[in-house]
Amino acid sequence: MDDDQGLTAREPDRPAPGLRRRAAALLHRRPRLRLSLLLSAPLAWLVVVYLGALAAIFLTAFWTTDTFTGEVVRTFTLDNFRGLWDEPVYRTIALRSLGVAAAVTAIDTVLGLPMAFYMAKVARPRYRTYLVIAILAPLWAAYLVKAYAWRVMLSEGGLIDEALRPFGLSGPGYGLTATVIVLAYLWLPYMILPVYTGLERLPDSLLDAAGDLGARPLRTFRSVVLPLVYPSLVAGSIFTFSLSLGDYITVKIVGGRGQLIGNVVYDNIGAAGNLPFAAAVATVPVVVMLGYLAAARRTGALREL
Amino acid sequence: MTLSPAARFALRAVMALGLAVIYVPLLVVLVNSVNADRAFGWPPSGFTGRWWSQALDNEGAREAVLTSVKAGLGATALALVLGTMAAFAVARYRFFGREAVSLVVVLPIALPGIVTGIALSNAFQVVLKPLGIGLGLFTVIVGHATFCVVTIYNNVLARLRRTGTSLEEASADLGADTFQTFRYVTFPNLRSALVAGALLSFALSFDEIIVTTFTAGPGAETLPIWIFSNLFRPNQAPVVNVLAAALIVLSVVPIWIAQRLSAGARTVA
Repeated sequence: MDDDQGLTAREPDRPAPGLRRRAAALLHRRPRLRLSLLLSAPLAWLVVVYLGALAAIFLTAFWTTDTFTGEVVRTFTLDNFRGLWDEPVYRTIALRSLGVAAAVTAIDTVLGLPMAFYMAKVARPRYRTYLVIAILAPLWAAYLVKAYAWRVMLSEGGLIDEALRPFGLSGPGYGLTATVIVLAYLWLPYMILPVYTGLERLPDSLLDAAGDLGARPLRTFRSVVLPLVYPSLVAGSIFTFSLSLGDYITVKIVGGRGQLIGNVVYDNIGAAGNLPFAAAVATVPVVVMLGYLAAARRTGALREL
Repeated sequence: MTLSPAARFALRAVMALGLAVIYVPLLVVLVNSVNADRAFGWPPSGFTGRWWSQALDNEGAREAVLTSVKAGLGATALALVLGTMAAFAVARYRFFGREAVSLVVVLPIALPGIVTGIALSNAFQVVLKPLGIGLGLFTVIVGHATFCVVTIYNNVLARLRRTGTSLEEASADLGADTFQTFRYVTFPNLRSALVAGALLSFALSFDEIIVTTFTAGPGAETLPIWIFSNLFRPNQAPVVNVLAAALIVLSVVPIWIAQRLSAGARTVA
């Protein structure tokens, strides 16, 4: 076997090592070379292609579109951002999007934290795996399928209406409430999983110690569990917040006529063909998310993703 | 932790409620795929297998499934290479900007999909169009690979951190060169992490619609795009529903494999 040559004792009249062996030796002697080779492709892709594309689109935001020809005019101007700021419609939409993202994150935290806690600390270990599977499984069912399922359920006379009828209520119908419900539904597993992983790592002995020192469950939760699981919560919230902020598909499916930032971007590219303005609008969620990520980094949440 | 029976009950209730909320919509889709009523009246008036056979005969849907599989495989293959390389660099070396590498890997999924979508679409138009490459399957794969890297990266990084370097050092001491060590020691250790990451990456790609909308040309209609464009057509509703149901049923397979793998890895490590 060719690969065996290095494993047997070296003989004096051994032929010169092959090219592969020499390359291996070179790599072994030069860790920096190894590192550069390892980093070359990922960085070429992510920095040059991806960050490059992001930079280009950001640059485009400072250009304008000629209203007659529809061509992009490449002169520096702040008109797009000024329009974005001055037009009350866009301010409303931006605030609404932030509100939706915050509401979705809040709902998912309130629902996800107890569920993750139950999975990691209360359920018998034997059932944990099944619970994780139960939470993970819907992640693999397509996004559209789930949004569509809610469209069917929220439709007039659908399951929600039927279920609420005995209480004299009716479902929210299509609109902003429906959007928040569906987004919270879609991103819930993204909140549960990091929190579950964080809680699973938390030794039970800490909880027992808190109990032995006289802390009631609520106190243990506040003073021991919450601070330790906080980075995981923030990690989960990155998903719920970001995914909600950029969404325009769910809005189209269950949102009625309400618009979010994503829809403005989409409409400006598709119907209006105004890429520079779309780019300017798109910088809003980017700036928000970069701020969010920078804040999240301090909590160590990025390591929990 | 000792909880009062009331707290225990409350937690169990939230868990049960959460699971119910998660699964009821999926069940509705499954039931509707055999609902005899064309408009999905509730409760169903009767059951039929007609929609399933209709969906199987649907040419557009079949093409779309095929395109999605191709895109998923392509993106996953690229992500496997890129993610593993980046994970090795971050796990095994100290260098300036190491934290930044983690950030730039996470960025494509941390930023809203629509931003990634328009940025890549714009870049493709500017760079690839003059080269005669239009938007199509290739650009979809490039777009998907960009945000799939993180799944592989995370899995491999976690595994590398857990296994440490002692086995590799032993291998080198025994005379194996860099490549042999990778092939016979490092890679077998990584295999299950790679499979788990690849599954996740494939699922991510298979499901993605926003980035795809902007990077797919006319020739590359993935399944989500097909479903979305037929979602509001009443006469396609049964087919859409069957596809949705099929996706729900099929989603059990990868999750089962992934869970097996991670459970196996835990007992070995």
